[in-house]
Amino acid sequence: MAGLKDIWVYLSASPLLHLTLTLAAFQLGNWCYMRSRMNSLLNPVLLAIILIVSLLVFTATSYQEYFDGAQFVHFLLGPATVALAVPLYRQVERIRHSALAIFTSIGAGSLTAILSSLAIGYVAGLSKTALVSMAPKSVTAPVAMGISEQLGGLPSLTAVLVIVTGIFGAMTGPMILDAIGVRDWSARGLALGTTSHGIGTARALQVNEVAGAFSGLAMGLNALATAILLPILWKAFF
Amino acid sequence: MLNYLVLILGCQLLGELAVATFHVPVPGPVVGMVALFGLLTVLGRIPEDLSALADGLLRHLSLLFVPAGVGVMLHFKLLGSDWLAIAIPLGVSAVLTIAVTGAVMNWFAKRAKQQTGER
Repeated sequence: MAGLKDIWVYLSASPLLHLTLTLAAFQLGNWCYMRSRMNSLLNPVLLAIILIVSLLVFTATSYQEYFDGAQFVHFLLGPATVALAVPLYRQVERIRHSALAIFTSIGAGSLTAILSSLAIGYVAGLSKTALVSMAPKSVTAPVAMGISEQLGGLPSLTAVLVIVTGIFGAMTGPMILDAIGVRDWSARGLALGTTSHGIGTARALQVNEVAGAFSGLAMGLNALATAILLPILWKAFF
Repeated sequence: MLNYLVLILGCQLLGELAVATFHVPVPGPVVGMVALFGLLTVLGRIPEDLSALADGLLRHLSLLFVPAGVGVMLHFKLLGSDWLAIAIPLGVSAVLTIAVTGAVMNWFAKRAKQQTGER
């Protein structure tokens, strides 16, 4: 048994184990998602996170240890965001054509996200700190954390709420859009990207190229809109 | 292919530098995306290899959010007993944001279709 333990100690010290775990857990999540004929409730990111967190808690592994391996996957997020310029450029004609519509929709979405979370959170009795940590929840994580910190929120709480909002929006978005009769691919993409940043964009890209491009665009523009609007609104109300 | 990987990383680096220098309120990679988009606009087309590389990177975009998402395990305590008071506003607000953004854009799209139809 000592041999097995030695192997475990060796493996858990190398990045290979947690890198493999990340890919395998996602593959499993993706398999469930595909088997369910792409039922958006079986979100592969959510399934992978639940599986990995359970395993880490069970084996008493710290997040830091896990991240030593998983950072190689995490790093690719930057280049992938840059690469969104390619699907975006493929839709350049369509975007140029409807620039006014795009700005109006994202502006309306951004305002809705800020005002509704502040109003409902206030009624629910949240503290000022919790309110301002939640308000930028639809914005891509690095920007959201910056805004939260600037206004006296907790950046680490914001990071969690951003991921939760991303997954929740990607899961429920397609159903909500079906229910209110939004069938246009550009509209569906903008809605997912404005609400669920990169996680929504990942989901939109899987379904339709137009939706993916508009979602990536919405992610960038909503980050900018919220970074400008939220500090103004926050100071006006609180 | 390697050329374009250098190009993508170069755009990201440029973005990070721009953010650090001018304190732009968006992350470096988003500025990098704008830079690459600008380059493509000047070029007027997408090189085939760049197209393939970008599609490869984006095919499993959702996988790339898993490591950050697992970080949730660090913050269970922060949510604490307030979790329901946070979950409800978050959920309702997300649903409203999806509906409003989608409905506004859908209205514009429908109107545009009618106008081209009338012509």
